[in-house]
Amino acid sequence: MNVLAILLSAFVVAIIGLMFYIWSQRKSLLDGGQQAARVIFEDGGVGTIEEPALTPAARAALQAHMDSDGLVHAAPDPAELDARVAADRSSARVTLTFFSIAIIWLLLASAFGLVSSIKLHAPDWLVDSQWLTFGITRTLHLNIVAYGWAPMVALGVCNWLLPRLLKTPLVGGSYALLGALIWNVALASGLIGIANGYNTGLEWLEIPLPIAGWLAVGGALIGLPLVVTLQRRKVDHLYVSVWYMGAALFWFPTLLILAKLPVHQGIEQATTNWWFGHNVLGLFYTPLSLATVYYLLPKIIGRPVESYNLSLVGFWTLAFFYGQVGGHHLIGGPVPGWLIALSIVQSMMMIIPVAAFTINQHKTLSGHFSALIHSPTLRFVVLGGMMYTLSSVQGSLEALRSINTVTHFTHFTVAHAHLGLYGFVTLVMFGAIYFITPRITGWEWPYPKLIAVHFWLVVGGFGIYFVMLTWAGWMQGMYMLDAARPFMDSVKVTQPGLIGRSIGGAIMTLGHFVLAGHFLLMVLRAGPKREAPPLLHQKTA
Amino acid sequence: MHSETKLLVGSSVILSIAITALVVLPYLQEERRKPPSALRPYTDQQLRGRQVYIENGCIACHSQQPRTRAQAPDFERGWGRAPVAADYYYDKPILLGTMRTGPDLFNIGARQPSVDWHLGHLYQPRAYTAGSIMPAYPFLFERKAKAETGETLVNLPPAFAPKGEVVVAKPAAMDLVAYLLALDHTYALDDIPSLPVPAPTNPAPAPAPAGGV
Repeated sequence: MNVLAILLSAFVVAIIGLMFYIWSQRKSLLDGGQQAARVIFEDGGVGTIEEPALTPAARAALQAHMDSDGLVHAAPDPAELDARVAADRSSARVTLTFFSIAIIWLLLASAFGLVSSIKLHAPDWLVDSQWLTFGITRTLHLNIVAYGWAPMVALGVCNWLLPRLLKTPLVGGSYALLGALIWNVALASGLIGIANGYNTGLEWLEIPLPIAGWLAVGGALIGLPLVVTLQRRKVDHLYVSVWYMGAALFWFPTLLILAKLPVHQGIEQATTNWWFGHNVLGLFYTPLSLATVYYLLPKIIGRPVESYNLSLVGFWTLAFFYGQVGGHHLIGGPVPGWLIALSIVQSMMMIIPVAAFTINQHKTLSGHFSALIHSPTLRFVVLGGMMYTLSSVQGSLEALRSINTVTHFTHFTVAHAHLGLYGFVTLVMFGAIYFITPRITGWEWPYPKLIAVHFWLVVGGFGIYFVMLTWAGWMQGMYMLDAARPFMDSVKVTQPGLIGRSIGGAIMTLGHFVLAGHFLLMVLRAGPKREAPPLLHQKTA
Repeated sequence: MHSETKLLVGSSVILSIAITALVVLPYLQEERRKPPSALRPYTDQQLRGRQVYIENGCIACHSQQPRTRAQAPDFERGWGRAPVAADYYYDKPILLGTMRTGPDLFNIGARQPSVDWHLGHLYQPRAYTAGSIMPAYPFLFERKAKAETGETLVNLPPAFAPKGEVVVAKPAAMDLVAYLLALDHTYALDDIPSLPVPAPTNPAPAPAPAGGV
């Protein structure tokens, strides 16, 4: 088999296809220019920061810091600000509901993650009940994150952000709430099923068809108001965040329905499984999180993204390359060689959209990095964006055969998955919660210092988690490749790393409790009351 | 204008390219597959055991896909030859696995054919492998004063046997062990179709992305 020919042809075809696509879309897609990057600011509002998580004093300090670069700006147009407040108010009920549910799932996911982690160095702990066995707690952890925390928080952000970007109130919020009810009841049923051994045996797709069907129904009801709102938009240009979110909302149901069709079998079932497993990350959580960064980052610092065209190139290349990388989970398996080669090539090509995003984030923030000192929200978002770069580059490298041979089948992959879904997606979503919640509750965060506590706990905890598990996984892989070593050596060498992972995970969990407690106080409107509800939000109650 | 249409059409086309490559083409290959003549279909008990394997999430730590000798020393570890697609003919759903916190099980039935060993090992892995981090599965067993007729007694090393009681296997444990013993793919490959890889002169599937664009 001429692997080189296949590799080269896949590569050339990918490039030609991409060029053709960009060219065909160019006239209509890439003509927005820098003007389009400004649509997120109320007229004249470029230069005005928005950081609802800060106290008035800290906010003034951030604005003064940003003004120091000499950008002359006018006050935002009051009519536009009113429209923004109206948009925020229209989505308040929906988004607050989604955030609340998401945070409950986050705590549950942390608990099952931590229990699973401890079990890998205390294998005789909690063994008397089937639902507490490692194979089940790990599966519960994955499903709670994948279908509870991540989609709930991200869809909450969608519901809030789209009305803002389209400058029109959210319509049909009740459908979204009904959808959330169906989704979460279905998810809870699925989890109880998994706990009792009712699962399909396919990773990421464990929830069986009858229940997963209700997830699709719930998801459709959640998406419906967004589609209707989109049609009532009052803006000519769709900001890049709308592209990411709109596409993700279309991709996810397609992925789920296709993956759940009861026709898959044999090796094809495995390729479909990983086509789904990777795309639910790449074509759902990733675009939703990137959309959030592309909005929050410029909005907080009052500066439009540096290169708007680059952000659109990033969108289309992500869409093109990400969809085909799933096969790299099956390298070395009984899978057709061309499919593996295609996935490896496209995994490497992922460097293009990642570079597009990275350059953009860096240049937008360039010269203003000290804004991070003023805004903890910005810290979450920017660090999350950096983790996207890291996890994507790491993912591309892991797809290379030489590296995959070491890391496949090891904890290295688990650490990588957490770099993406935690370091990137979850950190960005934390930032979004801190930004959005004051806007939709009309209340300030009671104890802004807790935001910093949360930040340092999860960043410190995750740092330990990632370093320890990556090291354990790499050693595990090296030992497994050494025929002179018995298999048990590859188990024993991971023990210090696995214990370190539990410590890191416990610190992360603690951070999540800080967030949950703070959020609860916020919803209850408890805590010290400062001068006024956050900037520009009229109290609704 | 009509940005929504472009978004919808663009993202559909792009996704369908991926679906073609990773779902449809493998599906078409799968349809022509035949089982190797030496591969036996699972018995009812083995299928029940397979279900126990799925229910307890064994896939979270065990793969069923040794790599080629060119790539890794899996064969030298006794895990067997690299599989071909037809080896999984009767595997519904397929349980390739992506983790090796524990060893590969593609040929565990051939490597460890003792029912006694498997039962005892499921009851307490550390009785057989020092340093193992596999969970114990006491809920697949029953501890009682003495075994009744028809029940299978678990023969544990004395240090790990409960004092004054015996351990008997529940049906789920017997089924699971039956499945594990059925994991034996040591037969010869001569009589099965070769890997369905397209001829090198015709890398047909690779240009698929172009077709849709």
